[in-house]
Amino acid sequence: MSKYLVNLKINNIPVSVEEGTTILEAASRINFRIPTLCDHPDLNVAGNCRVCVVEVKGAKLLAAACATPVSEGMEVFTNSEKVRTSRKHIIELLLSEHNSDCTKCFKNGNCELQTLSSEYRIGDHVFLDLVKPKDKIQDISSPSIVKDDSKCIRCQRCVRTCTDLQAVSALAVINKGDQQKISTFLGKPLNEVVCTNCGQCVNRCPTGALTERSYIDEVWDAIYDPNKFVVVETAPAIRVALAEDLGFDPGLRVTGKLVSALKKIGFSKVLDTDFAADLTIIEEGTELLTRLKRALVDNDENIALPLMTSCSPAWIKFQEHIFPDLLNNLSSCKSPQQMFGALSKTYYADKINIKAQDMVVVSIMPCTAKKFEANRPEMRDSGYQDVDYILTTRELAMMIRQAGIDFEKLEDEKYDSILGESTGAAVIFGATGGVMEAALRTAYEIVTGNEVPFTNLNITPVRGMEGVREATIKIKNVKPEWSFLEGVDLNVAVAHGLANAKILMEKVQSGEANYHFIEVMGCPGGCLGGGGQPIPTSLEIRKKRAEAIYAEDEGMPLRKSHDNPEVVRLYKEFLGEANSHKAHDLLHTHYKPRKRY
Amino acid sequence: MDKQIKKVDIIFQMDEDCNLLDILDKALAQPADDIILDLIDSGLKGRGGAGFLTGLKWKFTKNEDSDVKYVICNADEGEPGTFKDREILDKVPEKVFIGMAICGYVVGAKEGYIYIRGEYNFLVKGLQKKLDNFNKHLKDRNLDFQIAIRSGSGAYVCGEESALFESMEGYRGEPRNKPPYPTVAGYNKKPTVINNVETLVYVTMISRLGVQKFKELGTKDSRGSKVFSVSGDTPIPGIYELELGMPLNQFVDEFADGDAKAVQVGGASGHCVPRKKFNDTIIGFEGIPTGGSMMIFNSTRSMYNVLHDYLEFFTEESCGQCTPCRVGCQQLLKGIEAVKRGEKPPSYLDDLKKLTTTMRIAAKCGLGQSVGNPFNSIVDNFREEIIY
Ligand SMILES: Cc1cc2nc3c(=O)[nH]c(=O)nc-3n(C[C@H](O)[C@H](O)[C@H](O)COP(=O)(O)O)c2cc1C
Ligand code: SF4
Repeated sequence: MSKYLVNLKINNIPVSVEEGTTILEAASRINFRIPTLCDHPDLNVAGNCRVCVVEVKGAKLLAAACATPVSEGMEVFTNSEKVRTSRKHIIELLLSEHNSDCTKCFKNGNCELQTLSSEYRIGDHVFLDLVKPKDKIQDISSPSIVKDDSKCIRCQRCVRTCTDLQAVSALAVINKGDQQKISTFLGKPLNEVVCTNCGQCVNRCPTGALTERSYIDEVWDAIYDPNKFVVVETAPAIRVALAEDLGFDPGLRVTGKLVSALKKIGFSKVLDTDFAADLTIIEEGTELLTRLKRALVDNDENIALPLMTSCSPAWIKFQEHIFPDLLNNLSSCKSPQQMFGALSKTYYADKINIKAQDMVVVSIMPCTAKKFEANRPEMRDSGYQDVDYILTTRELAMMIRQAGIDFEKLEDEKYDSILGESTGAAVIFGATGGVMEAALRTAYEIVTGNEVPFTNLNITPVRGMEGVREATIKIKNVKPEWSFLEGVDLNVAVAHGLANAKILMEKVQSGEANYHFIEVMGCPGGCLGGGGQPIPTSLEIRKKRAEAIYAEDEGMPLRKSHDNPEVVRLYKEFLGEANSHKAHDLLHTHYKPRKRY
Repeated sequence: MDKQIKKVDIIFQMDEDCNLLDILDKALAQPADDIILDLIDSGLKGRGGAGFLTGLKWKFTKNEDSDVKYVICNADEGEPGTFKDREILDKVPEKVFIGMAICGYVVGAKEGYIYIRGEYNFLVKGLQKKLDNFNKHLKDRNLDFQIAIRSGSGAYVCGEESALFESMEGYRGEPRNKPPYPTVAGYNKKPTVINNVETLVYVTMISRLGVQKFKELGTKDSRGSKVFSVSGDTPIPGIYELELGMPLNQFVDEFADGDAKAVQVGGASGHCVPRKKFNDTIIGFEGIPTGGSMMIFNSTRSMYNVLHDYLEFFTEESCGQCTPCRVGCQQLLKGIEAVKRGEKPPSYLDDLKKLTTTMRIAAKCGLGQSVGNPFNSIVDNFREEIIY
């Protein structure tokens, strides 16, 4: 249906926009920025902070620009005296209930409230300080996320994120009036509730009320400790996002500079989680084929299908809380980070002659849930905590700045070997659909001996930003040992963001869908939109990061996980074959049901 | 100033020879558009506070193209000092039902709801019985309209129409952004007429008595009569139906104890009128409108305490979602305390008055928008009492 054009004036400048456009959007079309706090491009309109109020000629009340659609003949003023006075008042009011200890705040320098108050030069507080002492006690119960109510401005972005984007509802608005606040169920600590640690709320919090639990100091301590051998691994999505936190536009690939910076920071070895991503594909691809065989040939009713990916720790915890009856469908494969950790302190430590207890494994992740994952009791198969510290992309950017490194001027460097080699299939783990694509590239070839029938190996049906995507791949010309798969339509589905995951799981539960393999990533866009990635985030930004990921894949000499020579060597020298006993000991795990609240 | 205070008997009138259902039948025999024209002509404005022309509200809703529409009777009655809706629902509930049924017929709604505040739950049992009976009568008449009761959660803000819809839909009672207005997207985002209890009774009685009878009462801007809840320093507190447009001094003569120093017109969110302004204050839309609450204060009362109570009320009852109201209320409350204690200079009251302007024009709903009414009228008229 085509939309009408609406004519209006903003600050006396005529503008025509489609019916239904908000004043905020219309103003931005003619380059007037109206400040906002509760508004976020990924979320439903709230209109509650009121910072975006504007004057509409003839109206007694100011209008919230984010929530008010334009109408014909409207005359809007975005910076009249009334608007300015009110806006300043509103900022002052927000500051009066905000613990403004900016210099000590983790978000110092990347806080929307701080920016706004500096723009408006809010000087000495006119109003009384309303911060409640009890709100200054931070919730540090979670290994992933810190909640500081004294910094909260009640914009409810986190609540909308947790409820609408993630379908988790760990955070809700409770009470009213001066007691109104954002709370977990019964005010319990974050580590005791349904929170999946995805950190999407952290990505959208305009202030320092929700931040990641930072381990920067612990990592520096390890680096400075002469008795420690500190290895660092970097996830696929870091290389396409880190630059944003260092002053560059979204979509810039900085793989070589990233490696260089980590070396300059002082890590003993700079390795690549991508190596473990390739390994995951071998293990998970084999698991898929084994399950298919046992289900289709042996008619084993205990085999749970569809198989579901298990790389995303927020998704795993979501399943444990919300769909505990589907836990058997989850692949038993650990995430690449955890496979990497288990191998570092066994195979790798042996190879380079370092004692496991002297090794510290740090991983740089686009993710806050990884901090929780590493702390799971199951993740100690090396005899030690397999991965010691996880830093978000943002924390790494801070370390680079702290180290005084001029990032722009860095020369590209290469990952160390071994555990530094990877393929394009591993890189695309960073984007939604990437694990699926990587798995199909390998599984199809195992079964048929031929490459997947897609131009240039690009399995485009599973790419993109659609919330749930489905594809069917016909398996043809199989090798004799896979004859039961000849002519089979392999049905796959991909979901990203937990609200989409929920939609997909309900389809699976109801039996409405008949998939063989499902990829789910907890965060919108997949890891590239992870809760540990640079702030801000939006669909536009995530698309740019995805483009960069796929460009990185195209540029790699090897693009199929089973072609990774280091992975091949690992099986030969250490693991034996895929899903071997040893592989199971180190690279696989199990899950446990958790409470709904 | 020629209007004389006049007690009226329309709302609670129970004349023997009138079968209430005849009123309904008479209305149902009329074309819907005629009823709307009559209502507009009568000048009936909503009695819930905002004073919107009832006929117009119905017309807007009727004109919306939608299979599903609703009629909601707002019986949340949370304004401090207001207790007239309770009395109406207790004494003449059928008149409310009939008003709703007429509305359903006119706008094309099939479902009506009475949203009654949790504190009035003791009324529900009796009400439900009468309602069941009434619903049967509607079926007998083949009118495709049924009424049900919904209990509120006890928050003042749930009386605000869009918060009321949210509450009915099972969400937190938080007001919505407007537009869209209820006539376009109300309960379940469908076109909805929401009217105060009393408004609906006047609809019934206009149908019974005729537009002319109603128009004879009141003034050009404030047609008809209204039910007042009189409280405070009065020897005769209670519910009175009075003609609109009366001067406040006459009201005080009739109801106060001879020592009135101020009247709070319209409840906590209304205006405080000091004695020196009694003579030239009219009760009605051209002067000071009221949802019905009239609180009289005599010279023994501290206006600081009065204002403090109101601000405490708003600080607690703000839904808390929007900045001007949530934080503004706290600043006003803490601000007058600080001035009282001498921690802020008296001139700080003027800073706070400026803040109420922002609250009035920038808050999301009527609650935050009207906190400045009591604040400014009390601070302006009783400044010394606030400071010393
Ligand atoms: C905070 C707040 C509380 C309100 N409470 C009530 C109430 O208890 N009863 C009521 O009829 N209207 C109340 N209103 C007004 C309603 O929003 C609405 O205007 C009214 O129900 C419309 O009916 P009317 O046109 O018949 O007056 C309240 C408004 C606000 C802002
Ligand atoms: S004005 Fe007050 S009650 Fe109304 S939406 Fe804002 S905070 Fe809630």
